[in-house]
Amino acid sequence: MRMGRRIATTLRRTVIHAGPTVLGIIVLDFLLLQLMPGDAADVIATEAGVATAETMAAIRERFGLDQPVLTQLMNFLGHLAQFDLGYSPRYNMPVLDMIMMRLPGTLLLMVTALSLALAMGVIVGSVMAAWAGRWPDRVLSVVVLLLYSMPGFWVGLMAVVLFSVKLGWLPSDGNMTIGAELTGFGLVADRLSHLVLPALALASFFVAVYARLTRASMLEVQRQDFMRTAHGKGLHPFFIQLRHALRNALIPVTTVAGMHLGNLLGGAVVVETLFGWPGMGRLALEAVLARDFSVLLGVLLLSSFLVILANVTIDLLHAWLDPRIGEAG
Amino acid sequence: MSLLAVERLSVAFPGQVAVRDASFAIEAGETLALVGESGCGKSVTAFSVMRLLPPNARVTSGRILFEGTDLLAEPPAGMRRIRGKRISLIQQEPMTSLNPVLSIGAQIVEVLRRHEKLSRRAARARATELLDLVSIPDAHRRVDDYPHNLSGGMRQRVMIAMAVACGPKLLIADEPTTALDVTTQAQVLDLLDDLRHRLGMAVLLITHDLGVVAQWADRIAVMYAGRIVEKASIGPFFAEPLHPYSRGLLGARVDVDTDEHYLANRLSEIPGSVGSAAGEQGCPFAPRCPVAQAACRQAPPPLLELDAVDTGARAVACPVSVAQTGGRHAAAVG
Ligand SMILES: Nc1ncnc2c1ncn2[C@@H]1O[C@H](COP(=O)(O)OP(=O)(O)O)[C@@H](O)[C@H]1O
Ligand SMILES: [Mg+2]
Repeated sequence: MRMGRRIATTLRRTVIHAGPTVLGIIVLDFLLLQLMPGDAADVIATEAGVATAETMAAIRERFGLDQPVLTQLMNFLGHLAQFDLGYSPRYNMPVLDMIMMRLPGTLLLMVTALSLALAMGVIVGSVMAAWAGRWPDRVLSVVVLLLYSMPGFWVGLMAVVLFSVKLGWLPSDGNMTIGAELTGFGLVADRLSHLVLPALALASFFVAVYARLTRASMLEVQRQDFMRTAHGKGLHPFFIQLRHALRNALIPVTTVAGMHLGNLLGGAVVVETLFGWPGMGRLALEAVLARDFSVLLGVLLLSSFLVILANVTIDLLHAWLDPRIGEAG
Repeated sequence: MSLLAVERLSVAFPGQVAVRDASFAIEAGETLALVGESGCGKSVTAFSVMRLLPPNARVTSGRILFEGTDLLAEPPAGMRRIRGKRISLIQQEPMTSLNPVLSIGAQIVEVLRRHEKLSRRAARARATELLDLVSIPDAHRRVDDYPHNLSGGMRQRVMIAMAVACGPKLLIADEPTTALDVTTQAQVLDLLDDLRHRLGMAVLLITHDLGVVAQWADRIAVMYAGRIVEKASIGPFFAEPLHPYSRGLLGARVDVDTDEHYLANRLSEIPGSVGSAAGEQGCPFAPRCPVAQAACRQAPPPLLELDAVDTGARAVACPVSVAQTGGRHAAAVG
């Protein structure tokens, strides 16, 4: 019951904060995109090869691109209030439909990568802390430093070279085997095998971040008085690390994990492009190249929703880990 | 056989010896006060008994006999069976000695389930009983509280409940009331004393407050710069402290008969500081000692056992004082 109340408080606070944030993000994104040279009409006309002034004007008029910026913004917000993200001039379909097609892919990639990064980071960090200063710590420190300093796309490329090209264990392109009529277990296995490399490439940097953080905060916790209390009860050291130390050490780790979510989404653009993963990141890139602002705005908007949603999850996790959170007001 | 006998214990940190050649014993059911200025090695002594020293500390010599077995030779698993069950520890800082992310009930249940065959429910019921025993109001509701919901005094009661949960034979209380205000201090110490009688346990009460010693201890061991300089029963000690340091402690203390509030001694009123003991060849107290002689600076004086029926077991590491009191005590080198 007490836990329920704390979680409710946390949720309420987050929602109050999230509303103005989202509005701010929309307006800022919109204005920033206006600063970009060129618009969809330019690109469409270029591709069609008929760039007469009349056709350009017609395209602009049709999609409202000829109106003043403020009017465009108001129109956009007005539509948004009705959950209408607009229409893509380039793909000739509603933006929402396009995004919804790509959203599950990105979600799957992000959730997998973040869970992988957290799990591996926490395990590696705990092992490093337990053997601090001895050889397992030293070896892992070097590995972590490498992961920390190598860009995700490079890790991804090397993984493709090793596991796809040389060993042929894992596929390196797309999110499923095209044309294969798979069902049940085979289908899941196929999807998973496509997921492994991009998720690892995306997670690698964050594994390093969380491992270093976990190591530091686990070592910090060991010095606390309550650890001596726990040992003084005659509990097994492994149990003490798990129940008393890790739970306290995870509080700063989850805080940082929350702050990195935006970076993770940014990294998804690169990784999705590299692995031909049909997600929002690649959609965003395509939209930029096509100056398809309505799609780009939609992607940005949904991304900010994703980040907020993930932050809520982290906040809840936090409230669960730390009873001092969410008690007052 | 004593319940606990610490024999010639020495503990060192890199570049520093924290405890030198300390020997003392605790009989079943009694309260021994270990007294000394902050930094003199009281906590290190206590942690040695629990084998919970910081990782950079090393026991360089000595034995710690608990019910006849040497704890320093006990394997880790054996030690874990003793901790929390036969010997418990209460630390100085109630604000930090409880885990902030676990409810107090969970933290008590944990020690109960570790040492006793109890179901989850039975352990919880027992935890509530224990909270009741240490006079926490509304125990059945408080059991789900987290440490941050409680005041310092209440947290120290929770620590006590946890420490006595499995009926230990020895309770080590490391300055259990230093962080508390005076009224709470007396309540907590009364509670400890009451539990000691009810549960028949011995208490090693670490303090730097002679007022606390006078009121709640049976015997006293005075520590200075890592050495035990005097051991005595309470009556004789307060009637006639023998070591110049003990005399300084009592002298620095405002009159015994005044309000308990003023019993709080002011160790710093002895001229000089404990820091002067560093690098001292002879008696560590010599640089501050009013009766120091040339011989005192040659070699550290041994703890002389004074064999006097009327004063009880008594020992002092100061040949000068022993010579001065001369006729009334027959001295024998121990
Ligand atoms: N973790 C540690 N590392 C190094 N030295 C320590 C450590 N803990 C205690 N010491 C040293 O041991 C001596 C005794 O400390 P302690 O037993 O805590 O004193 P107190 O009598 O106040 O409890 C001190 O001089 C202190 O400098
Ligand atoms: Mg201490």
